[in-house]
Amino acid sequence: MLDRLLSPVQTLGKFALLLARAFSSIDEIGTYWKNFIDQMVRIGIDSIPIVALSSAFSGAVLTVQTAYQLETSFIPNSIIGSIVVPSMMLELAAVITGFILAGRVGARIAAELGTMRVSEQIDALEAMGLNSISYLILPRVLAGVIMFPVLYVAACLIGISGGVAIGHFGGFLSAQEFLDGARQFFKPFDPFFGLIKSVTFGFIITAVACYKGYFTTGGAEGVGDATTEAAVQSCVFILIADLILAMLLL
Amino acid sequence: MIQVDGLYKSFGDLDVLRDVSFEIRDGETLAIIGRSGSGKSVLMKHLIGLLQPDRGRVSVDGVDLGTVSYEELRQIRTRFGVLFQGGALFDSMTSAENVAFPLTYFADMTGEEVQNRVDECLHLVNLADVGPKKPSELSGGMRKRVALARAIALEPRYILYDEPTSGLDPETSNTIDELIRTLAQEMNVTSVVVTHDMHSVLTIADRAAFLHDSRLHWMGTVEEIHQSPDPVLDAFVKANEYHVGNPSAIPSARSTPE
Ligand SMILES: Nc1ncnc2c1ncn2[C@@H]1O[C@H](COP(=O)(O)OP(=O)(O)OP(=O)(O)O)[C@@H](O)[C@H]1O
Ligand SMILES: [Mg+2]
Repeated sequence: MLDRLLSPVQTLGKFALLLARAFSSIDEIGTYWKNFIDQMVRIGIDSIPIVALSSAFSGAVLTVQTAYQLETSFIPNSIIGSIVVPSMMLELAAVITGFILAGRVGARIAAELGTMRVSEQIDALEAMGLNSISYLILPRVLAGVIMFPVLYVAACLIGISGGVAIGHFGGFLSAQEFLDGARQFFKPFDPFFGLIKSVTFGFIITAVACYKGYFTTGGAEGVGDATTEAAVQSCVFILIADLILAMLLL
Repeated sequence: MIQVDGLYKSFGDLDVLRDVSFEIRDGETLAIIGRSGSGKSVLMKHLIGLLQPDRGRVSVDGVDLGTVSYEELRQIRTRFGVLFQGGALFDSMTSAENVAFPLTYFADMTGEEVQNRVDECLHLVNLADVGPKKPSELSGGMRKRVALARAIALEPRYILYDEPTSGLDPETSNTIDELIRTLAQEMNVTSVVVTHDMHSVLTIADRAAFLHDSRLHWMGTVEEIHQSPDPVLDAFVKANEYHVGNPSAIPSARSTPE
């Protein structure tokens, strides 16, 4: 029972130690440069297609549904743009990217590090005298924190384009109306807020996945567990962080 | 010199090592023998601080691993080359990249020098042509030898070998034994060899430590092994001889019925 109560505290402690040690050799980042570039590509560039696809569809669906909800009222069409664009920037672009990458990036990192743990590759790194946490975790978390905002911006642009396109080709409103509506209520804080979210989510996904993978125990089954837990738990943490940020900053 | 003092280690309810003390002298080759599951690999991991003792201590060159900072521990680890039981090759890299890995991080070498050293090490383990292959494309024995090449690449002062010849054919085993002996004699490497293979022990080791029932049951020079009156050690040695190259020791299983 006490164990149960203590375990979140222990987890948090272990997590803090992990991060502390990861950043303790940040001065050696030059050593880990190649890894870092590698991870930027894997986490960032390789994720662009799926992020583009999902944000284009969510922008389009949001536009169609907003148009449907406003259909019978006497509100001008341009309001559709005023609703879709902030929704994209404030919430959807960041959260959808976060969810998709929790699966794509989080699961991959947990599986990779978990396999390295159970096949003693992490022990081998340590035995050579490398800081395995800096070597493995630092580049991944940094790449996540840096690449997520980039993906967020891409998701916003593509999502809004998806909305504009479906508005135009679906005959709901013209591109001009859409953008006028967007401009009318645009607040520069909206994309800024989205960027803060995306940095946070990038950190959550990579850090949770690294933690789960690095401390994997027990063979192939352990790797499977770590992978699932990384994906599921980072989604939960994203939801919680989303709410906390909204309450703090809006 | 490595000293192990009153080391205890358990995992949950399982006492793996109890009150183990011994020392590894500079330049010697110590074999650690014992049944499967007797804690040989666990003991080996304590020597470089990959596992921490529950009680007792391990010191390397007079420095207690339990009291040093992580950065100091890393520094101490660079004196070691370690061959893990499963090889522990980095599976995202080719064999050559695996062997080059410690060199690129810890040796002051140009790319060409690294390349030459990699070729040399792979040649030493009889695998001159597997450089471009990934570990997943190699056989178990080949993987082990690539891992051995990686462990010796930096010419460390201490080399820990966890079952270097298990899973190898007798001829390759002899080559590896030969290599271990050459390194010990010519480079003055201090070696710890975990093994099941009494033949290897007799060929390469100066002394042997026998783990049994989670304790250091017996320790002595290899010459003393056969003279020891200890029944447990004797049984272990005999059982081993049934397996390797001593047919006369095999009790006749197919004795014809009277
Ligand atoms: N990380 C661990 N967690 C729990 N138990 C462990 C762990 N590592 C080893 N053990 C247990 O400790 C005991 C000794 O294991 P070890 O790997 O040292 O055996 P070994 O002597 O090397 O055997 P083998 O010759 O088969 O390699 C085994 O019973 C094993 O189950
Ligand atoms: Mg073992």
